[in-house]
Amino acid sequence: MDLMTEMKDFLIERENTSYEVIIGLEVHAQVTSNSKLFSSSSTKFGAEPNTQVSLVDAAFPGMLPVINEYCIKQAIKTGIGLNAKINKKSVFDRKNYFYADLPQGYQISQYKYPIVGEGKVILDMPNGQKEVGIERLHLEQDAGKSIHDIDPNNTLVDLNRSGVALMEIVSKPDLRSPDEVNVYIKKLRSIMRYLGTCDGNMQEGSLRADVNVSVRKVGATEFGTRCEIKNVNSIKFMQMAIIHEANRQIDLIENGKSIDQETRLFDTKKNETRSMRSKEDAHDYRYFPDPDLLPLEVSDKFIDNIRSEIPELPDEKKKRFIEKFKLTPYEATILVSDIETSKYFEEVIKEADVKLSTNWITGELFAVLNDKNLDISQSPISAKNLSKLINLIKDGTISGKIAKTVFEEMIDGDKDPQKIIDTKGLKQQSDPKAIEELINKVIKNNAEKVTEYKSGKDKLFGFFVGQAMKESKGKGNPQLINKILKEKLNG
Amino acid sequence: MSSITELSLNEIVSNIKSKKFSSTEVTKAFIERSEKSKKLNAYVTENFSSAIDCAKKFDEKPNYELKLPGIPIAVKDLFCTNGIKTTAGSKILNNFIPAYESTVTQNIWQQGGILLGKLNCDEFAMGSSNETSFFGNVHNPIGENLVPGGSSGGSSAALAANLTPVTIGTDTGGSIRQPASFTGTVGLKPTYGSCSRYGIVAFASSLDQAGPMTKNVKDCAILLEVISSFDKKDSTSIDFKRNNYSSELTNNIKGKKIGIPKEYRVDGMPQEIENLWKKGIEFIKDCGAEIIDISLPHTNYALPTYYIVAPAEASSNLARYDGVKYGFRSAGENLIDMYEKTRSEGFGEEVKRRIMIGTYVLSSGYYDAYYLKAQKVRQLIKKDFDDAYKIVDAILTPSTPSSAFKIGEKSDDPVSMYLNDIFTVPVNLAGLPGISIPAGLDKNGYPLGLQIIGKPFDEQTILNIAYSMEEKINFKNNISDWWI
Repeated sequence: MDLMTEMKDFLIERENTSYEVIIGLEVHAQVTSNSKLFSSSSTKFGAEPNTQVSLVDAAFPGMLPVINEYCIKQAIKTGIGLNAKINKKSVFDRKNYFYADLPQGYQISQYKYPIVGEGKVILDMPNGQKEVGIERLHLEQDAGKSIHDIDPNNTLVDLNRSGVALMEIVSKPDLRSPDEVNVYIKKLRSIMRYLGTCDGNMQEGSLRADVNVSVRKVGATEFGTRCEIKNVNSIKFMQMAIIHEANRQIDLIENGKSIDQETRLFDTKKNETRSMRSKEDAHDYRYFPDPDLLPLEVSDKFIDNIRSEIPELPDEKKKRFIEKFKLTPYEATILVSDIETSKYFEEVIKEADVKLSTNWITGELFAVLNDKNLDISQSPISAKNLSKLINLIKDGTISGKIAKTVFEEMIDGDKDPQKIIDTKGLKQQSDPKAIEELINKVIKNNAEKVTEYKSGKDKLFGFFVGQAMKESKGKGNPQLINKILKEKLNG
Repeated sequence: MSSITELSLNEIVSNIKSKKFSSTEVTKAFIERSEKSKKLNAYVTENFSSAIDCAKKFDEKPNYELKLPGIPIAVKDLFCTNGIKTTAGSKILNNFIPAYESTVTQNIWQQGGILLGKLNCDEFAMGSSNETSFFGNVHNPIGENLVPGGSSGGSSAALAANLTPVTIGTDTGGSIRQPASFTGTVGLKPTYGSCSRYGIVAFASSLDQAGPMTKNVKDCAILLEVISSFDKKDSTSIDFKRNNYSSELTNNIKGKKIGIPKEYRVDGMPQEIENLWKKGIEFIKDCGAEIIDISLPHTNYALPTYYIVAPAEASSNLARYDGVKYGFRSAGENLIDMYEKTRSEGFGEEVKRRIMIGTYVLSSGYYDAYYLKAQKVRQLIKKDFDDAYKIVDAILTPSTPSSAFKIGEKSDDPVSMYLNDIFTVPVNLAGLPGISIPAGLDKNGYPLGLQIIGKPFDEQTILNIAYSMEEKINFKNNISDWWI
């Protein structure tokens, strides 16, 4: 593929006009915490409905919220991970609206004074790095869950999720393509997993996003009118929604119509966005500071303590991998993208060759994980055994080719590679005398081909290697076979 | 000797400790009088039989170390009580039985108190006459068809009528001090953050405080000591060193500087109130304290500020009463219809009025002009007091601009009703402690109160001033038991 086309901006082409897509994300990330933002109820996923609900979560009369300090720490930690300003004073507000799964009749959120201010995230795109601005991060309570499909006549409400801490991470409108959205979400998730502040599990709803989309003609400097697509819960759906929504907006412009600022829903089945409410119908949330909670003030010392707990983050780790292990930026990006992968990698290279380890992890191991749909933390082959295998290749005990056979065997029960080699007799034949013997046999059995080779048919060399390898039952040391064959045939 | 129910808390405690009375005797005496006083409509829920059981239990194994040893106490029905219906005076909570206890009532039971019953109050504590209660008007024992004040009207009536030795109320804009003033009793609103709000049905979170209502200042100090505590379950609770208010109580206030704010001489204030205030000033001087004229320049703005801030918070606090989880529900065609019917039928007029005011002042486009402005003015009102306290130790004002009025007299005129709180509201806005003590009678023989406002966390000083004035005033309530 022509590299230039790959590096092209994401544009939507129409007759005579190219459109640029402007995207901003409001990511809702569930804070990793055993208890809720303002109560001591458990946050464990998958419990029986309404078994993790305190009097506070269910908004009983006279019940009061008390801030969970751990959630505050988690938000600050995330803010530091996003290279963002930590606000020493922030305020919890009430966002007032009625809904059956909102017991208080308001959500406690941070409106004017969020706990984290501006920051930035670096994306590794195929054509280089891109910086995406973070507008803010604030803490808020999750609502309960309304279930409409169990009882034919009633909506059921599960309050287990009610009051669970969420971080809303608002990006600047810096994203320009579905690919960038993909990389941005993955990067955010990676940072939060490194920090242990959000598990990023999209199936369980730990990470969801509201997607703001607008379009403009290439070259325009003003933003177009944006629409917000609410609550999209997978990267694939975000990308589909963006493409649909951008095209919908462009259709309107092309037909001389205007775009209404509104909130829309993405219908995953029909692959289209639908209007949910217009700007005129927008809720008046009547935000005001929650009088049950004093403004949240954190000291420099509190922040510094958290800062001292920050582990090496993906960007730093990548830099270290490139500098220390001489990895290519591409390899380093892959290996640091997930904290568990990077841990696995560092475990393997403790005792094994870096280059081989990189190739085996990103090649064979990733293929197996992909195939079996496993995380690296569930890898069927332990880092210890993989490093053993790599050392057996490195010291010539087995060839790369045999190693693949051994690797296949190892998958079943994380077997020790040495044992597989011993049991199956796969050890590489590296005795020059034995190799010479079997080469002699090959030369003898193929006298005609030898004549052809000697008369100039150089390509036949490969044939002889193959025969010799076959004669060794695949165990012959390839370098040795090459060397001795050359001596014999050319000598 | 006078009957048990006429005694003060302090006297009853002494008699119990000296084994002159048993808890059962005392409890039965108050129950008997309560049974005879149903006409006052002070109770929403009676807990009499279980109170007697508790009293018997106490007598079997008495603990005289406690501050309220086997003392029966009826409380305002705004405090959640475990297993006992808690209504907040509203239809919407008519069937609500909490499975938890408010910290303030818990403190009382821990010191040996026994729940006698739950007392009537204005719906969600919104009112100054107890006329907004779903459970009907309460009569002031001072006179038939006279309001007992509000919102702690059941509390003040029960106390003045000797149905309970002491009681507790809540005060958001005057709801302890004004009914105390109307019934010739003592009521104290502590500094915001002194008494935990945990388990108290919320009206306006930044203003609500629980406080003691008693027959005299000594009792007030005893009960404050019991109910004031730091509570981690209330984020606005403050961890300060609390006095042993009753043992530190003294009538020596020599050299204390008492401020008289000129702005409290409001237009149309009856001469009787003016005279009462003057009398109070003289008593204070007699006690050896110094009187200093001061200015609280933003006083005029307190009432409008209060009637923005309190309804704003209330509109949000009362959103939880939606028929979904507990309390009254009216069936609807759909969710919105159910909300509308439940809240239209479940809330009374005054509560709905305040929810609408509160919703309005928080609405986008009005927020800055009302709510935000009110918050700024609130800071100015607080600063007025801060400045005054650089010069004085406490401030003396009338408690209310009038004595108790007739039931129905002001119920069609919310503004004139709101004016009742004119002297009490600034204290809530500034988060200060304030006590109302009975100081005299008007021409009808109705009680009038004086208010002493203190520095934050300095309940001791206002108690001491009240204590020394109480001696001089030697107030006697004029109650004829007309309802029995």
